[in-house]
Amino acid sequence: MSDPNRKRMIRTAAIAIGAVAGMTAMSFAAVPLYRAFCQATGYGGTTQVARAAPTRVLAQTVQVRFDTNVATDLPITFTPKQASETLHIGETGLAFFHVRNDSSVSVTARATYNVAPHSAGQYFNKLECFCFQDRVLAPGEEADLPVVFFVDPAFARDPETRGLDTLTLSYTYFRSVAPPVQTG
Amino acid sequence: MTHAHADDHGAHRPSLWNPARWLFSTNHKDIGTMYLVFAIIAGLVGGTLSGIIRAELAHPGITFITQLPWIHDVDAAKHFYDATVTYHGLIMIFFMVMPAMIGGFGNWFVPLMIGAPDMAFPRMNNISFWLLPVSFTLAMISFIVPGAGEHAGFGGGWTLYPPLSTNWGAGTAYHDGPAMDFLILSLHIAGASSILGAINFITTIFNMRAPGMTMHRMPLFVWSVLVTAWLLVLSLPVLAGALTMLLTDRNFHTNFFNPAGGGDPVMYQHLFWFFGHPEVYILILPGFGMISQIVSTFSRKPVFGYLGMAYAMVAIGFIGFLVWAHHMYTVGMGLDLEAYFIAATMVIAVPTGIKIFSWIATMWGGSLDFKVPMLWAIGFIFLFTVGGVTGVVLANSGIDTSLHDTYYVVAHFHYVLSLGAVFAIFAGFYYWIPKMSGYRYNGFLAGLHFWVMFVGVNIIFFPQHFLGLQGMPRRYVDYPAPFEHWNYISTVGYMITAVGVLIFLVTLVEMFIVRRKAGANPWGEGATTLEWTLSSPPPFHQFNELPVIKPETHH
Repeated sequence: MSDPNRKRMIRTAAIAIGAVAGMTAMSFAAVPLYRAFCQATGYGGTTQVARAAPTRVLAQTVQVRFDTNVATDLPITFTPKQASETLHIGETGLAFFHVRNDSSVSVTARATYNVAPHSAGQYFNKLECFCFQDRVLAPGEEADLPVVFFVDPAFARDPETRGLDTLTLSYTYFRSVAPPVQTG
Repeated sequence: MTHAHADDHGAHRPSLWNPARWLFSTNHKDIGTMYLVFAIIAGLVGGTLSGIIRAELAHPGITFITQLPWIHDVDAAKHFYDATVTYHGLIMIFFMVMPAMIGGFGNWFVPLMIGAPDMAFPRMNNISFWLLPVSFTLAMISFIVPGAGEHAGFGGGWTLYPPLSTNWGAGTAYHDGPAMDFLILSLHIAGASSILGAINFITTIFNMRAPGMTMHRMPLFVWSVLVTAWLLVLSLPVLAGALTMLLTDRNFHTNFFNPAGGGDPVMYQHLFWFFGHPEVYILILPGFGMISQIVSTFSRKPVFGYLGMAYAMVAIGFIGFLVWAHHMYTVGMGLDLEAYFIAATMVIAVPTGIKIFSWIATMWGGSLDFKVPMLWAIGFIFLFTVGGVTGVVLANSGIDTSLHDTYYVVAHFHYVLSLGAVFAIFAGFYYWIPKMSGYRYNGFLAGLHFWVMFVGVNIIFFPQHFLGLQGMPRRYVDYPAPFEHWNYISTVGYMITAVGVLIFLVTLVEMFIVRRKAGANPWGEGATTLEWTLSSPPPFHQFNELPVIKPETHH
């Protein structure tokens, strides 16, 4: 068609198709963005990974409670060795979790974690955690898994968290879907 | 679009019984008719499913579904109930309301109202329509093939949340059968159909307006379809993305939503509702447009505050993209974020209020004529306002935490959709069917349809507010005995509504048997838009000579 309108119509349609393509790309870009957002802000109770313990310890204490869960298809027992621990804000704490493979086959498991209330996630730092990597459990194998953590002193300044006296650190063990990876 | 051949193509109307006319149609009116017929059929299927729901919920205990011949035990009955709820929702949204409003009335009247000979891409229009029966067939296959274990269909609700929509974990898989995969493909195709349709509308409205038909002289129905088309273009790809992730999670071992592999099921909810919230405006905005035309016609006044009405729809569409997380307050987001989503949600009440008040102001001092379309339109305004008020209640996260997934929510969205959107569709249908068919319907039957349906749907859904406030959760096959009273009344309301639907079908058949000629404009001087300047039904090809729109004749 030699209609001059044709060119304008194609251009409008191209803009609309571009919008469709752009939104499709955005929906997939949301995956890494969502993860980065949660890690950066502690959103949804995502805890932080720290390299060094804080230098300042406050007088204020906070009770950290421990919670464990196991996905239904994973034949392991997973319990905290202590129900809770009370420590000063800024003080480094150490907690152990007991895990046992109840089946006759070896399983590879990985724990996901978060902190409740979610607003405290950004101040809950882990120096060392069994949850950072996959764990292979031989048939009947038992282990005590350590977590080294502290609550950032900034916790006592944030209006959303400064009134809190109890936090809950929760772990859920899932069957790992990825082959075990060596992490340094 | 060459105007050289001024001879009357309009007279060459192919036979109604020629299959090629429909299969290969590039005519916006024929395609619109097919969309409407499709929507009526899908609506009857979806309505039958809701009949199963109401029959089961009439009394406590699992009493009705277990009597169905293909249900052999209670577990099968529970799953069948869940699947019925799921497919009722999906069919009504994707195969009834959207095809009727956008595909049906949009195709029929957008070109007529802007003075265009047809849609911008007529062949693409054909593809848009014919993808829908394919999609609907896939959805129906999905309903009958194994979903969870040996139970047929997907029973996880229309939102398709993981982990219910996944097949992870040996022995604990939720929906390991092919039903969910069929459903994903069905929705992908329905989405593709809608996106193609939306691109067509956008191109048509921007480029094919008759001389003098400026953007600010377009009828409000055209504005509503334009905003809706943009919402479709911007939101459906996100649904497609989320569904693709589900599909690869199910079949190709990705872990987008699997926490064991580092994914997050809550991210699905974010993606879904980023689509889902604009989607509910997609379902209602064309209704806003139709109601504006009808209220103006039967008040014999131009619509009050035309520009405010048009830009209120633009504002609703824009804010609609910023409020998605109010569907998921209970996932545990921070207080600040909840505060934002509460405030943003409540802001929507402002442009919506502008629309409601402008409709009332249009009627105020007008020469009111309570013909059947006007009854439906006033019914719409009342019912939509009721649903809007409960929406403002639910916008508060504190209240919503208690009411989330209760029948209060069910009552709310049925007041705005089942009552709001459906009443708008019937209003548009009774307004335009004389134009589309060339015949007038029996006014008594159509009026009876309105009153029976108005009473029926209110008896179904008003008691559900009480049930929700008393704590009855949605999507359960059974309930404790104290809930029986209002549930039974709700089921009685369904029976009344079913009679109303029957009256609708009788009205339709009677109209085509008796064949009263409608004439070009059966509604008189209030009907000022371009479609009423054409014969009824309009010529097969219209506007070979483009009409010229003068300033004083607009909307």
